[in-house]
Amino acid sequence: MKIAALDSSGLVATVAVTENGVLTGEYTTNYKKTHSQTLLPMLDELKRMIDLELESIDAIAIAKGPGSFTGLRIGAATAKGLAQALEKPIIPVPTVDALAYNLYGTDKLICPIMDARRSQVYTGLYHFVKKDAGQEFTLELHTEMAQCAISVQELAEILNVRGEEVIFLGDGVPVYASALRELLKVPFTFAPASCNRQRAACVAVLGEKLFEKGIFQTAAEHAPDYLRLSQAERERMEADEAKKKQLNQMETAKN
Amino acid sequence: MMESTQKKDIYILAIESSCDETAASVVKNGREVLSNIISSQIDLHTLYGGVVPEIASRKHIEKINQVIEQALEQAGMTLKEVDAIAVTYGPGLVGALLVGVSAAKALAFAAQKPLIGVHHIEGHISANFIENKELEPPFVCLVVSGGHSHLVVVKDYGEYEIIGRTRDDAAGEAFDKVARAIGLGYPGGPKIDKLSKEGNPDAIHFPRAKVEDNAYDFSFSGLKSAVLNYLNSCQMKGETVNRADVAASFQKAVIDVLVEHGIHAVQQYGLNKFAIAGGVASNSSLRAAFEKECTKRNIAFYHPSPIFCTDNAAMIGVAGYYEYLKGVRHGYDLNAVPNLRLGERI
Repeated sequence: MKIAALDSSGLVATVAVTENGVLTGEYTTNYKKTHSQTLLPMLDELKRMIDLELESIDAIAIAKGPGSFTGLRIGAATAKGLAQALEKPIIPVPTVDALAYNLYGTDKLICPIMDARRSQVYTGLYHFVKKDAGQEFTLELHTEMAQCAISVQELAEILNVRGEEVIFLGDGVPVYASALRELLKVPFTFAPASCNRQRAACVAVLGEKLFEKGIFQTAAEHAPDYLRLSQAERERMEADEAKKKQLNQMETAKN
Repeated sequence: MMESTQKKDIYILAIESSCDETAASVVKNGREVLSNIISSQIDLHTLYGGVVPEIASRKHIEKINQVIEQALEQAGMTLKEVDAIAVTYGPGLVGALLVGVSAAKALAFAAQKPLIGVHHIEGHISANFIENKELEPPFVCLVVSGGHSHLVVVKDYGEYEIIGRTRDDAAGEAFDKVARAIGLGYPGGPKIDKLSKEGNPDAIHFPRAKVEDNAYDFSFSGLKSAVLNYLNSCQMKGETVNRADVAASFQKAVIDVLVEHGIHAVQQYGLNKFAIAGGVASNSSLRAAFEKECTKRNIAFYHPSPIFCTDNAAMIGVAGYYEYLKGVRHGYDLNAVPNLRLGERI
């Protein structure tokens, strides 16, 4: 199976092509240019470099979110355009899961963090667990806490309660490293540059596993998973709730 | 031999997502619209009293493929059969633009088609070519919408000179604000147009602003304030406001200025063709006023049907066709340019 994978959820833009367990090519940049200027030119360059025939791609894997709203949409619209033109399915891969997959093989708790602004992080907790009991085993990414948006304080509390050694990675590390150092009571480390950011190869590998489980969509069906409402929707809901509360209080006062 | 000398038909697939409409269209030879699909989000934004950029972007990404698919299907074509893909890359809401731009680039890349970035307002102006087959540059065009008020000399296809612009509010913006003040809600333009028909346009005299150093520039914020002051003073005096009269008088004040500037421009530039474009160009009183003044002076007056005045992709296909003929091609690094200027090429 040949998969083209894209991730533009954070500061990194990354594209990769995998075929039957082999990474044919990967292109990753972590530079200030917008993903709109980098993502497709990178795929175009990769295509030329590895003589990729687009028609031979079986599926497009995309980091579906969370992440920067605009970044997610650039990735999603690109994947959707490719999938529509090539008439191929889209495999939506949870961004934080794919980020965790960087640390294949560790027995430590994996904790990716992405800067989610408003003093929150997009995060999740993962372990690699043994699947086959024989001499030759495989490791599977097991989700201990599904990807979500929470404050660093909340995250630190959860980790302190779990009491496990933990490895952090992701573009939230430079932003929150000092806060974590202050808050954490468990042993921890930060992953090095070779494996601490989004890589499309991880999106492709996880994508293939999801595809085997029947998780894929048409181009039209796919939309990012933001894990957050827009500000306007949130404010409107809060206003509605405040109004309801007030009405309830008035009712209670009457009675 | 005959066949090889015949001109090949050019089909452009066009995509537009600069504000709150997700749209796609197939246009043949720059003048014939084979499909014009528009998915409007207006009901959603009405809840918020205006377009919310993040919500608009989210809706675009949900609709973009369906709209493109329908446009191709209705035109009876496949992606392989189109000659080029045109897309609006500015001006507009950056997050909204990026959805159309990213999708168009991916389609162009995967289907190996030329990519053409199109200016949204050049699209609006080009909408006039759809139903007026005889219309060719040069002519003067007034572009009036929620975000734009421009007086433009269209010198040739794809060649524009802006001779007048708004100094503050766009005409459509003034409509929206006044509509809100008299309790009509969003979108203001069509609602004021409708209510005006029941009112007396001469009931209240609102000011017609002149801009000192450029006879073609507009200013609508003073007019808007005058309406708000009038409403306030009525309230203070305890007088009931005749909303229809306010709407009609306000609308007349806007139209008087637009018509005066437009006619002045077409005469000064020695031209005999005048066109209007943009969302406000579907205002019935504005059309009637221009029709009357142009006829009086033997100026040919053009306007698109309302469906081509609103944001749509057919107009992008038309503008894209003339860019295509000129050899304009964009790379896969094409970015959204929210403040793209008319006539500017990036």
